[in-house]
Amino acid sequence: MIVIRNARVLRADGIEHSTVVIEGDTITSVGSEPIVNGARVIDAKGSWLGPGLVDLHVHLRDPGQTWKEDVESGARAAVAGGFTAIVAMPNTVPPVDSGTSAAFAIEQARAIDYLEIVVAGSLTKGRAGNEMAGFDAMYEAGVRVFSDDGDSVPDAGLLRRIMAYLRDLPGTLVAEHAEDRTIAGEGHMHEGIVSSRLGITGVPGIAEDVVVGRDIAISAETGVPLHVQHVSTAGSVELIRNARKAGMSVTAEVTPHHLALDESSLEDLDPNLKMYPPLRGTEDRAALRSALREGVLDAVATDHAPHAPSEKAVPFEQAPRGVIGLETAAAVAASFALGEDQRMFFDRMSVAPARIAGLDRQGQEVEPGSPANLVLFDPGRRWAPGPFVSKSQNSPFAGMELTGRVLATIHDGRISYEGGLE
Amino acid sequence: MNDPTQHGLITLRGMSRERLEGLLDRAQSYVGSPELDDLAGATVTTAFFEASTRTRLSFERAAHRLGAHVMALSPDLSSTNKGESFKDTILTLTAIGTDLFVIRHWLADAAELAAEWSGRPVINAGVGRREHPTQTLIDALTLRQEFGHLDGLRMAIVGDIRNSRVARGHLEALPTLGVQLTLVGPTPFLPNDNPWGVGLSTDLDDELGAVDVVYLLRIQTERGASYTIPADRGYARRYGMNGERISMLKPAAVVMHPGPMNRGVEIDDVVADGERSLMLEQVANGVPVRMAVISEALGGSG
Repeated sequence: MIVIRNARVLRADGIEHSTVVIEGDTITSVGSEPIVNGARVIDAKGSWLGPGLVDLHVHLRDPGQTWKEDVESGARAAVAGGFTAIVAMPNTVPPVDSGTSAAFAIEQARAIDYLEIVVAGSLTKGRAGNEMAGFDAMYEAGVRVFSDDGDSVPDAGLLRRIMAYLRDLPGTLVAEHAEDRTIAGEGHMHEGIVSSRLGITGVPGIAEDVVVGRDIAISAETGVPLHVQHVSTAGSVELIRNARKAGMSVTAEVTPHHLALDESSLEDLDPNLKMYPPLRGTEDRAALRSALREGVLDAVATDHAPHAPSEKAVPFEQAPRGVIGLETAAAVAASFALGEDQRMFFDRMSVAPARIAGLDRQGQEVEPGSPANLVLFDPGRRWAPGPFVSKSQNSPFAGMELTGRVLATIHDGRISYEGGLE
Repeated sequence: MNDPTQHGLITLRGMSRERLEGLLDRAQSYVGSPELDDLAGATVTTAFFEASTRTRLSFERAAHRLGAHVMALSPDLSSTNKGESFKDTILTLTAIGTDLFVIRHWLADAAELAAEWSGRPVINAGVGRREHPTQTLIDALTLRQEFGHLDGLRMAIVGDIRNSRVARGHLEALPTLGVQLTLVGPTPFLPNDNPWGVGLSTDLDDELGAVDVVYLLRIQTERGASYTIPADRGYARRYGMNGERISMLKPAAVVMHPGPMNRGVEIDDVVADGERSLMLEQVANGVPVRMAVISEALGGSG
């Protein structure tokens, strides 16, 4: 039994200063202070208690690139970041694109008993963008989220055939990394002020916008829900806003780094600030922050993309794309967009992503009978992240002072992380 | 001396007018100077990871004229062809022993990384599309010799600016020296953004009567520029400097080009070989300017 006293608890009808009791994998009481012998008692000292965080977008690199991360190290990083569920992207080596590879990934995920790992499958065979992946076998294995993340499906006709096919498999979600490679080319950062000044080939925002527009049109025709991954431009936000106004099933995520940073951080060409989509202009960042608060962007997702230190210790244009994010996501999201509003924080970090991924034991308000997947978060704690639990250290936020810290994470009634408790 | 990036010459960005003019003065003092032994015993390493003729030769000549030894890396003959990383190459050359690096590279941050990894001063001899600072100093010196001053001069930089490290060097330093810049070219050749706040124009003929200097750039086919405009002679028609356009210039106006030229594209023979051209003066100033920069980097007396 775990008793969490003195917490600001996210309940269905409001925030309540209260005590929460967990027995087994379930919340059994909220409100009155019980007297229990032998219980683990945590004094929350007024910190926020809400549903454990859910990350729609994580790269675990396992199998194939386990020098960067593996399932165990990624899972440890996730619980340290307050997550009780993550969606693992399928771009492992080999990728998850068949019943066999899905079964292997699900087996790996089940070996972790302190975090729910949801396996996503590829949209195309080998993530090569040429032909459909083995949807039926993956679906039978339990896969519902499909993405070629790292790349868009480059061929509009193929994406249309994929979405037409997925209509027959209820509950599936197409998640797209929106980036037209014929426009993005070999760009290394946002095509804007800094790329102009430094003469670095840019990735213009419109490389994203044209794919988002295309995908919304295909989703509208087929009726298959579309999830836009790591939205980075004001243009995409407008397209998504309009699709939502028209009543479409379009959801979207934004990363903590796109909320916090913009292209001006790139003057020093730090490879730990290189990712795709790239950090955009200040007006894009402002549009992302307000769209997240407004709810046009549903969820914060990390795009946790580990790369070993030696891989990032190279010239900017030769550095691999991607930054880690699991351990800093809550603090960055709170510091730069959501720190004022507990309900909004938990909605964008847990409730909405759980709904998008269709996770029935995640993202629920703290009520008797709810699954005990919880995070305790102190929104006022100042700290500087790093070194990281992840095998990789490629964080844009290492050493930066952030406000808001995960104190403890509880998964199915067991403490999976308590490194933030004093 | 703890931070090597404080020495050498990695960027002109933010450099004071005093330091720029000091370098030009020092370069002027080396024009026509005899062989010197100021840097006797010093080793200068030229590490060029991209093709170059005039820049490399004039750096090596400049080092010799100051009495330094030169160690030259030719990437086409070296371990970089065997997959050695840029970092390992720099560490190897540092271990062999050098006092100064002169770096030419296609990567934008190669010069500062070489300085960080080697702990030696580095002179940027052209990195990425980012900057080619000694070319900018050469052109400033050439103009100062021609006009007697830089303040108030108006220069149109014409051509493939998006791909040009020469143009970016000019944009960082020439305004500090009082030169007013306008960038001229078809939209695909102009920068996406204008952080320098300089003039932009797509109409060369509009600018010709107002400028003191027409600075021509070649189309950098190797950086993909030729795919961004039609493949016919349209560029030469709109932007090629020919006899007719020369006649539109002010009487004292000059034409410059950092080379290599593509005759018949951005420049016609009658211009390249004509009396308005300062191209050979530019080349001649390469050695004294690079002597000044090497000498400053190694703390030699000015």
